[in-house]
Amino acid sequence: MPGRRFVIGVPYAWLLIFFLLPFLILLYISFVDMGNEVHPFQPLWDSERGVLLLKFENYWSIFRTGPDGALFQTLYVESYLRSIAYALITALLCLVIGYPFAYFIARSAPETRLILLMMLMLPFWTSFMLRVFAWKGILSDFGVVNQFLIWVGLTDEPLRLLYTDFSMLIGMVYVYLPFMVLPLYANLVKMDFRLLEAAYDLGASPFKAFWLITVPLSKPGIIAGMMLVFIPSMGEFVVPSLLGGADNIMIGRVVWDEMFIANNWPRAAALAVLMLVLIMVPMMLYFRYGVRDSAGGR
Amino acid sequence: MTEKVVKRFDEALAVDEVSLSIEQGEIFALLGSSGCGKSTLLRMLAGFEKPSSGRILLGGLDVAQMPPYERPINMMFQSYALFPHLDIWENVAFGLKREGCPKDELKRRVGEMLDLVQLGDYARRKPHQLSGGQQQRVALARSLAKRPKLLLLDEPLGALDKKLREQTQFELVNIIEKVGVTCVMVTHDQEEAMIMARRIAVMSKGRVLQVGAPQDIYEFPVNRFVADFIGNVNLFDGRLSVDEIDHCAVQTEIGEIRVGHGVSGSLQMPVAVAVRPEKIEISKTRPSGVDCNLFSGRVKEIAYFGAYNSFLVQASNGQKIKITEPNTTRHDLSDITWEDEVYFWWSNRAGVVLRD
Amino acid sequence: MKSNWLNKHLGKVWLALVFLFLYAPLAFMILFSFNSTRQHAVFTGFSWRWYEALLADTRIVEGFFVSLQVAFVTGLLAAVLGTFCAFVLVRYQRFWGRTVFSGMATAPMVMPEVIIGLSLLLLMVGAQNVFGGPERGLITIIIGHTLFGMAFAMVVVQSRLQEVDRSIEEAAMDLGARPHQVFFLVTLPNIAPAILAAFLLSFTLSFDDVVITLFLSGPGVSTLPQVIFNYAVRGINPTIYAAATLLILTVTLFVVSYALWVARSTRKRQREMAQALRGGT
Repeated sequence: MPGRRFVIGVPYAWLLIFFLLPFLILLYISFVDMGNEVHPFQPLWDSERGVLLLKFENYWSIFRTGPDGALFQTLYVESYLRSIAYALITALLCLVIGYPFAYFIARSAPETRLILLMMLMLPFWTSFMLRVFAWKGILSDFGVVNQFLIWVGLTDEPLRLLYTDFSMLIGMVYVYLPFMVLPLYANLVKMDFRLLEAAYDLGASPFKAFWLITVPLSKPGIIAGMMLVFIPSMGEFVVPSLLGGADNIMIGRVVWDEMFIANNWPRAAALAVLMLVLIMVPMMLYFRYGVRDSAGGR
Repeated sequence: MTEKVVKRFDEALAVDEVSLSIEQGEIFALLGSSGCGKSTLLRMLAGFEKPSSGRILLGGLDVAQMPPYERPINMMFQSYALFPHLDIWENVAFGLKREGCPKDELKRRVGEMLDLVQLGDYARRKPHQLSGGQQQRVALARSLAKRPKLLLLDEPLGALDKKLREQTQFELVNIIEKVGVTCVMVTHDQEEAMIMARRIAVMSKGRVLQVGAPQDIYEFPVNRFVADFIGNVNLFDGRLSVDEIDHCAVQTEIGEIRVGHGVSGSLQMPVAVAVRPEKIEISKTRPSGVDCNLFSGRVKEIAYFGAYNSFLVQASNGQKIKITEPNTTRHDLSDITWEDEVYFWWSNRAGVVLRD
Repeated sequence: MKSNWLNKHLGKVWLALVFLFLYAPLAFMILFSFNSTRQHAVFTGFSWRWYEALLADTRIVEGFFVSLQVAFVTGLLAAVLGTFCAFVLVRYQRFWGRTVFSGMATAPMVMPEVIIGLSLLLLMVGAQNVFGGPERGLITIIIGHTLFGMAFAMVVVQSRLQEVDRSIEEAAMDLGARPHQVFFLVTLPNIAPAILAAFLLSFTLSFDDVVITLFLSGPGVSTLPQVIFNYAVRGINPTIYAAATLLILTVTLFVVSYALWVARSTRKRQREMAQALRGGT
């Protein structure tokens, strides 16, 4: 069928041009030398001498402060580690909060399920920026939370809630919770709950049955959800900008600064490539588990 | 209308060199259990699979390589495959519209089809607003609308429950014969095939084992598989001891069995005799006037099927023989019970000799 | 049945708490958008002033319309391309580079936006050097948004496409429809709701996007999230709350009416099917 080539060709071409090509360019830029005002970078190929000018220094400078500097002591390494840590904590928090949430929705009657899902998604449909922005107001020194604490008498002075790890994590969990709940829900709702009944019949307590049957069967959903939260939150930009302080800089912000403030495009590219490498493994995990999720039956 | 050597590879041979000749206007059944290749064969006729080699001749024209939308063949799908977004009228009209049928003729023919299946009043309903049986009739009307040279039915009664099935069987045959179209149907249900088709091809593992009218296949199966597949059968293994033109005898473990037809073979050849359970008679007293095929055994199981009784009798060699007797009076054959010693016999015209 | 009681009520309590957490900011913003002062802890009095300020703020209003345009075009592009991708992946099981294709199509959903934004920016700059265009602005933003919108659109359409009974397409072919006719006359009408959902999803994601927009936008063009972001890094401004409230109300209206419509048409369909079963053979 000749039409087949067209149908496959159009999206394929689009993806090659706008997805693959940019990454190749990213890789390329990460190896060039920083340029001057006119060109942001020098060319890779020295046509006069016929040599490839690969500037590995772009990468090395991420790991050490100078040619003799100590390894892994740079700000970059710090922010990578911090980003991974935040992303991991966010993912775990989302899991702890989101799993029971998804579970109870999946267990509800079919009509209520739809309503609950809509209620979950409704905030998602309203601008996420605005909602993060709202937390700024809520957590500020003169915000609702602090006023409440003072009023109740738990503290005399406003607590420093904003621009801390605490506010960052609240923001992150807030934004990424639906990403955890949805794959979990999709997985749990397809689960055959008669398996649990069979377990009860054989003498298991509901608690045991939950851990021995429900949780293992929802493994694909858990992994998909974790990856769907972990990977993008590693590079999260908005939440740290609005709710985080100078100590909470994450790698997303670092790339931005490197790009638009320091104007060091090659190093920004190198940072991005490194980020890509870091998320390779989680991404493969996601593709394996997120694409097919079935649980115990049907 | 014929269909010749058709062979297909998927990973294995799905259809292994099948050659069939189907006559104009007849209803022909492909019968077999799942995996035997009948559905693949049907799909090749429809055009959804291409044969690896061979030809499909429709009125002399080889359609094997033609795409389905160019063939004058239409199919009624097992799931009916009605277009859910169109109403009944549009469903039936679909094929005619593709042909470019002019408006007036279109209206007339669609109306005709709907009347044929008695669904004229439902024309504007959507498929989900109809019951299963009604949906099937729409599917039939749709597949006949273009007056195809060949109609294909894929497990036509598969989705219906038993009562509905009986009723629909005859209705279907009536409509098809009324229209006069040649029809090939695929089924795994032998009853369906026997009732609806004029000729049946029994298939297994991609090959056609036997082709013939239902009677021929039932009474004269060509081998063990066919004998066992259609209905129930008792098989007695043995060696050919007498071989004449019009009769023969086989020496088996339970004794000598006489069969009223000749076998072209050699003496001492290993053969089997197939005897259908309904052709065996059973009694506690020794019958008189029976000069052959009389044996004895012990009743091991009895089952009551309403219309007939079924006995499982263990013969002298341990073989369990299935015997059925019709319930001709309201008294069942209650004088026979478990562990009874009984005699059973059959006429020499009841058995068939099979060679493999 | 102690565990049942726990189950029943634990569930509701947990759900309530999480919903409280999710809706707190929304409630907060709605409440304080009507506050008469800048205060965001104490409600000093009812006032429309922030709404007036909102309408007077040209940057916000302009940003709104820019976002609307971008989101609309993105929605269309993403829905179309996403449908293509879904169709390709569901119907064609074997073709050269299928896994690569599948990976490329779904990756944007998961990837950090910073990476996508940066690499697309580099592409645009490169294109500018080679072709002299396009200028960073609406077009570049649309391309960036379409990339990840397409991934989500594909997922939505794909799941619906997989549900569609393959045999109706075969039936169409059997009745004489050529492949493209099959698609437009049979497949498309049956996946239309999913395509609409895909459009809405991409629209929303585009309307809401910050990071990729920041990377790819040019001077003079600002989307609404951009405008808000610039305000937000500087401090609290209740005008934003007014904008938020309007947005929340609009979205709620849409979601609720959609839910009602779905519920009504499912009930109608169920009634019809029940009728058919009773009606006859």
